[in-house]
Amino acid sequence: MTMKVEGKSWKFGDDVNTDLIVPGKYLELVDPHEIANHAMEGIDPEFPRKVSEGDVVVGGKNFGCGSSREHAVIALKYVGVGAVVAESFARIFYRNAINLGLPALECPGITGAVSEGDTLEIDITGGKVVNATTGKELSFVPLPGFMVEVLGEGGLVAYIRKHLDEW
Amino acid sequence: MGYTVSEKILARASGQEVVRAGEIVKARVDVAMMPDLTTILAVNAMKAMGVERVWDNEKVVIILDHVAPASTPLAAEIHRDIRKFAKEQDLKYLYDVDSGVCHQVLPEKGHVKPGKLVIGADSHTCTHGAFGAFATGVGSTDMGAIMATGKTWLRVPETIKVNVEGKLADYVAPKDVILYTAGQIRADGATYNALEFAGTTISDMSVSGRMTLCNMAIEMGGKTGIVEPDEKTLSFLNGRTDGKFDLVHADEDAKYKSVLHVDADRLEPQIACPHKVDNVKPISEIAETKVNQAFVGSCTNGRLEDLQIAASILKGRRVHKDVRLLVVPASKEVYLEALDAGIIRDLIEAGATFSNPSCGACFGGHIGLLAPGEVGITSSNRNFKGRQGSPEALVYLASPAVTAASAVTGKITDPRDLQ
Repeated sequence: MTMKVEGKSWKFGDDVNTDLIVPGKYLELVDPHEIANHAMEGIDPEFPRKVSEGDVVVGGKNFGCGSSREHAVIALKYVGVGAVVAESFARIFYRNAINLGLPALECPGITGAVSEGDTLEIDITGGKVVNATTGKELSFVPLPGFMVEVLGEGGLVAYIRKHLDEW
Repeated sequence: MGYTVSEKILARASGQEVVRAGEIVKARVDVAMMPDLTTILAVNAMKAMGVERVWDNEKVVIILDHVAPASTPLAAEIHRDIRKFAKEQDLKYLYDVDSGVCHQVLPEKGHVKPGKLVIGADSHTCTHGAFGAFATGVGSTDMGAIMATGKTWLRVPETIKVNVEGKLADYVAPKDVILYTAGQIRADGATYNALEFAGTTISDMSVSGRMTLCNMAIEMGGKTGIVEPDEKTLSFLNGRTDGKFDLVHADEDAKYKSVLHVDADRLEPQIACPHKVDNVKPISEIAETKVNQAFVGSCTNGRLEDLQIAASILKGRRVHKDVRLLVVPASKEVYLEALDAGIIRDLIEAGATFSNPSCGACFGGHIGLLAPGEVGITSSNRNFKGRQGSPEALVYLASPAVTAASAVTGKITDPRDLQ
């Protein structure tokens, strides 16, 4: 299975927490498109209007720390983000991303290799990020097989649906 | 080479003889807990998986706490739909808006037992490690899968030991220990790891204080906090559970990733400054900082001993005229104990605003919000930008004692300087 994402990058710093991605006052929302209207509101309220389908969020270390709210991943996914690449992730956000079919890729060195607006080509299964704007190439440890399977099915809901008997 | 508490609990939960840190296991969940704001997404996920009934109607526990009672029509809808779901599923345990914060109610009602695997759809689920359980937070889709199957996959964590030795000075609290620890380990220093708290200070510490420590393991990225169960644990659990559990202890030669030593004797009150939990300074290094609001409450510090120390500081004094002090007991049980102890009167007479047990001002969605430019001091767990209202507000984390002393003077204050 090969999985690729290509899109423009949006850069954020270290310790981007889930309160910044979706502030607590929106946790009563259930509709994913309504949640997506508030993606990254704590950092850049204009983000939902600027981002395009397939764009890539580039984070520093500990991306997605804090609350377990799945709203953070839902917001990024439904606003059109194709993948999040970061120096490192907080574990609950990481699980949530894979579970909802949003590729979350730990790629050390990514913040230094990307300027906002650069176009990135990501080979998820091959473990490679190419900055098409600068030509620079980075590699990362590909996701473990189980997670690739979950992503390949489109997330944990579809995965469990298919594998319910053996789970 | 021996095994850590986490390795032993996850071996038992996954039906294996032994497991080691780094392995991925499929584990049977003993308690699946959900607060109000993450439940509906989990229910939707379970149903989308093609499963109509929860795997065990006595192991799924729902607690309406984040927006309790409902503060908006949308919150009211969520609560209505949860009550309907609980009825449909014949859930034995739905704790409604009168109950309190999930992490306080869950152990009080006997759902948390040593050696068990507790999974919650809330990041502060790590709190329950204070009872010698392995307890961790997940998102709603993971919780949907657990409701559907009773199982989840987990990576067995390495353990960082935090060894705390000595006696805490008067007005120096478990909160100061954990804020100091967060400053040392940093916000991502324990990612994927368990944080095990040990040492003479921990043996002497109340169950309430141990909950404060484990509660904030997540603020360092930790998967769970853990304190080995002892007489104090058993005394808390006595009469609350069916008593069917094993006390799991680490082996003498268990392997730890690292050990942090904390000298309790020399610790002074600690403050986490905006906007990060690991931006921690001893209070003596904090420049004069005026505050507009002080909050005593939350799953971190809304228990009886927290309210008691606040009341002891406020008794015979007044909340500063430029400050509002908000006090929210963590649960109905705490509320009643505080009522019996007479400390609610002391707090209200001193100028505190009291609110019913809930997550309160901690998560910025319900009550007690800050305006742009305002400064809050809080006994809760996160000072993230925008966490307690306006992104233009500043939030400082502190112990209940420091929070109460600051409410009296109108600026961040060491309670030992109040005399």
